[in-house]
Amino acid sequence: MKILVCISHVPDTTSKINFSDNDTKFDANGVNFVINPNDEFGLTRAMWFKEKQGASVHVINVGGPQTEPTLRKALAIGADEAIRIDTPAVDGFSVALQLAQVAKDGDYDLIIGGRESIDYNGGMVPGMLAKMIGANFVNTCISLEIEGASVTAIREIDGGKETLQTSLPLVIGGQKGLVEESDLRIPNMRGIMQARSKPLHVKPGVEQSPRSQATTYEKPAPRGAVKLLDNVDELIDLLHNEAKVI
Amino acid sequence: MSVLVYTESENGSFKKTAFEVVSYAKAIATELGTTLTAVSINASNTSQLGMYGADKVLEITNDSLANFDAQGYADVISQAAASQDATVVVLSQTANAKYMAPLVAVNLEAGYVSNVVALPQSITPFKIKHSVYTNKAFSLTQINTPVKIIGLGKNAYGLHEASGAAVSEAFSPSLQQNSTKVLSVDKATDKVTIADAEVVVSAGRGLKGPENWGMIEEMATILGAATACSKPVSDMGWRSHGEHVGQTGKPVAASLYIAIGISGAIQHLAGINSSKVKVVINTDPEAPFFKAADYGIVGDAFEIVPQLNEKLKAFKAQNA
Repeated sequence: MKILVCISHVPDTTSKINFSDNDTKFDANGVNFVINPNDEFGLTRAMWFKEKQGASVHVINVGGPQTEPTLRKALAIGADEAIRIDTPAVDGFSVALQLAQVAKDGDYDLIIGGRESIDYNGGMVPGMLAKMIGANFVNTCISLEIEGASVTAIREIDGGKETLQTSLPLVIGGQKGLVEESDLRIPNMRGIMQARSKPLHVKPGVEQSPRSQATTYEKPAPRGAVKLLDNVDELIDLLHNEAKVI
Repeated sequence: MSVLVYTESENGSFKKTAFEVVSYAKAIATELGTTLTAVSINASNTSQLGMYGADKVLEITNDSLANFDAQGYADVISQAAASQDATVVVLSQTANAKYMAPLVAVNLEAGYVSNVVALPQSITPFKIKHSVYTNKAFSLTQINTPVKIIGLGKNAYGLHEASGAAVSEAFSPSLQQNSTKVLSVDKATDKVTIADAEVVVSAGRGLKGPENWGMIEEMATILGAATACSKPVSDMGWRSHGEHVGQTGKPVAASLYIAIGISGAIQHLAGINSSKVKVVINTDPEAPFFKAADYGIVGDAFEIVPQLNEKLKAFKAQNA
């Protein structure tokens, strides 16, 4: 089985978010970048496929050279090869289009993306990619089992879950549940050493004009101070008469 | 030119989000000086959509669409949009809508922006505000394509009634053989889901163990609320993953979010940021949640929650 795991390079979840250049650019100053958490669950699931059923695992990112440490980390966790498409990630569609070129050429059976990246939260890359290459697609995937070309997947729905039967080739939008938090792997020294000599291919992007692009950013307005209350009667009164939510 | 909106239903009845997306899409149609067409699949009472501004409803009745299927539903919406020459397509942000929206975008060669929080700031160029960095910021994004798809965040616009009546029309899409089949659906039918809830009651490690969730469930029942939890609670297996709220869990855009025994890690606060009113109950006055909340009580959940439940019951009995 050939697996491609799409890796977003994102600020870690504790990051304070700031913007520069008149609020037109994300300010990466002092920010620690990581593998997008939803992608990391998928990468770990890919490692299980490799170890239990046999698979080659490639990881891919669309972005500049600054994303390479994140790809090296994925190699240190156990991916066999990495690909970086050397073009800025402008919007979800442009990323999906770049990935689609590699996906078509690479003849992958399974492509694992995250449900969403925790930076732009677009939630659109895996679905667009699936549609572009004519693969089946399961979003918010929390369990994935593959036997031959037959796939049983569970997806999270609002208020529950749904079990689906589908087939390869398949793209998923993964999340926690594919593996648990405690299953995630921290690269060890041996993995880190090996990752240095694993291939990291840099490919040019395809030319395109973006369908959308961010113009400016803003942060939420600062909120007023909390009203500290002495008793529950006061709380119920304020929720009813002031906030009008009960 | 027209605006098209997909109105979701469950067991034939429209979801509240359906009325919200219609209200929102109507405002865009008015701005563009055009009409609003709603698409419904296996829903009854489509005249309700006129009350929120739909001029026309394309009604689809088809047994093969009884189960949600992203591919099939995306094709239906795309065909409906093409038939109406729609330049703006509005969807909600339920799990199903998020699943199919990217497929619709590829079908219609459209630019798609998700988690939208307001009406377009300008039409030419088309600029729209949406939340990014898990509610820690907003982006004003420009869509360049002739057809635009908008995913409207829950409770971002609210319901706005309009005086009008919608004309209904049957619509028969052409459906392809689907290669993904639903084997089973596992959904508690007696519980309010976090996605649908107006009120969410959430608890954290401060509750000390899963055996103490009775009072949380009780409060949820009194308020008609959904229950939720913090990440450590779901990681320890005290509650199911489906209840985990935060950056890697579910976002909550409720009218009222009550956090009990949750300290307020930055990832948790990001996940609930688009909720309107936040209440925190915690023993530690230094807990970060107090900086993010509207109302707070410093105290022990095991004393305060039972008192609050009794008073809420009395309040509900009076205000029923």
